[in-house]
Amino acid sequence: MKKIYANANEALDGVISDGMLIAAGGFGLCGIPELLLEAIKTSGAKDLTFASNNAGVDDFGIGILLQTKQVRKMISSYVGENAEFMRQYLSGELELEFNPQGTLAERMRAGGAGIPGFYTKTGVGTVIADGKEHKEFNGETYILEEGIFADLAIVKAWKADDTGNLVFRKTARNFNVPAATCGKICVAEVEEIVPRGSLDPDSIHLPGIYVHRIIQGSHEKRIEQRTTRKKEDA
Amino acid sequence: MPWDRNQMAARAAQELEDGMYVNLGIGIPTLVANYVGDKDITLQSENGMLGMGPFPYEGEEDADLINAGKQTITELSRTSYFDSATSFAMIRGGKIAAAILGAMEVDEKGDLANWMIPGKLVKGMGGAMDLVAGVGRVIVVMDHTNKHGDSKVLKECTLPLTGQGVVDRIITNLGVLDVVEGGLKIVELADGVSDADLRAATQATIVD
Repeated sequence: MKKIYANANEALDGVISDGMLIAAGGFGLCGIPELLLEAIKTSGAKDLTFASNNAGVDDFGIGILLQTKQVRKMISSYVGENAEFMRQYLSGELELEFNPQGTLAERMRAGGAGIPGFYTKTGVGTVIADGKEHKEFNGETYILEEGIFADLAIVKAWKADDTGNLVFRKTARNFNVPAATCGKICVAEVEEIVPRGSLDPDSIHLPGIYVHRIIQGSHEKRIEQRTTRKKEDA
Repeated sequence: MPWDRNQMAARAAQELEDGMYVNLGIGIPTLVANYVGDKDITLQSENGMLGMGPFPYEGEEDADLINAGKQTITELSRTSYFDSATSFAMIRGGKIAAAILGAMEVDEKGDLANWMIPGKLVKGMGGAMDLVAGVGRVIVVMDHTNKHGDSKVLKECTLPLTGQGVVDRIITNLGVLDVVEGGLKIVELADGVSDADLRAATQATIVD
């Protein structure tokens, strides 16, 4: 089966529709599927729910889909850097479900692993626990969290081969792995598609079984907080 | 004189022992890294990295290499990278020895509030709830009082909680307190701060 597509618009053809739940990789602006988000904007698909740790900034990442009002709901752990997000949320146009970051990651991982629910200590005694089943194990209280089963996953990797084996780079791996696994269909954008056999099989971060469509493209890779030190500090 | 930000960070660094894997929060906790000295400490960044290095030199920033505060950083010879589910598995699984975090309020039962002020813009809890629920030891570093002079060390937190009964030790500009049975116990006073000063600035029950 051919997994490589010419561009992001073609890669989303037939797999994107209104009202979908989409799991997206990335942490802040690091490792976000920027080309596929642009293609979702082009597709005009609306009423989308995104499971994504963050919501991008106003003009980059998921932020571009907030500008066009294509997003109905976000499932996120931190949305601090987005003024348009706050405006839509406070006016009631946008629904927001806060998940602790590790709970969000594990909900994706669980969904991808066929696990509909799991118990965690995270959030016990906080508003996160409201309305959730509580259960004791060995004298400690845990709450039930549900796996995320997304209609579509969009992720960004460093390298892929034509079978969809993916390799990520540094901290750009983040949510991309759990997000990829929890989608019925996973579309990956990469910086480079390399010949079959050139990736070390022992160093594949995400096996191609999880990846259905791949595109190669050039990425802006914007930096959110550029922090440096002077040479003389060394 | 009460401790300043750097002195608080230096005091917090004394909590760390050779060989520990540690997660540092944003603000004063970040400064703790400057005071670990010769101790063999591995810093975790919950976006998927163990062995966090210092900020890069100008021109060497890498968009693929950031910390949990989204700042550009560097790697070390010991560094490893992993995905977010693995990162929080090691947090939730108790593999991280300690987290040093800032706080808005702490109370005598060890409850912590550091993510939300009702009526104000809510940004989210990020990884704070996972950290306090999972790591071996939670150390809070913060000013003892807020800008109005009200105590932040309370009988009961008034803000929405990040975690219940999770704090082990509190390091403030006035001294060090431990969460113990029945309240807080004074462990240490900042230079020039009297026992009476610290008690006056504390709303929580202090036990001897």
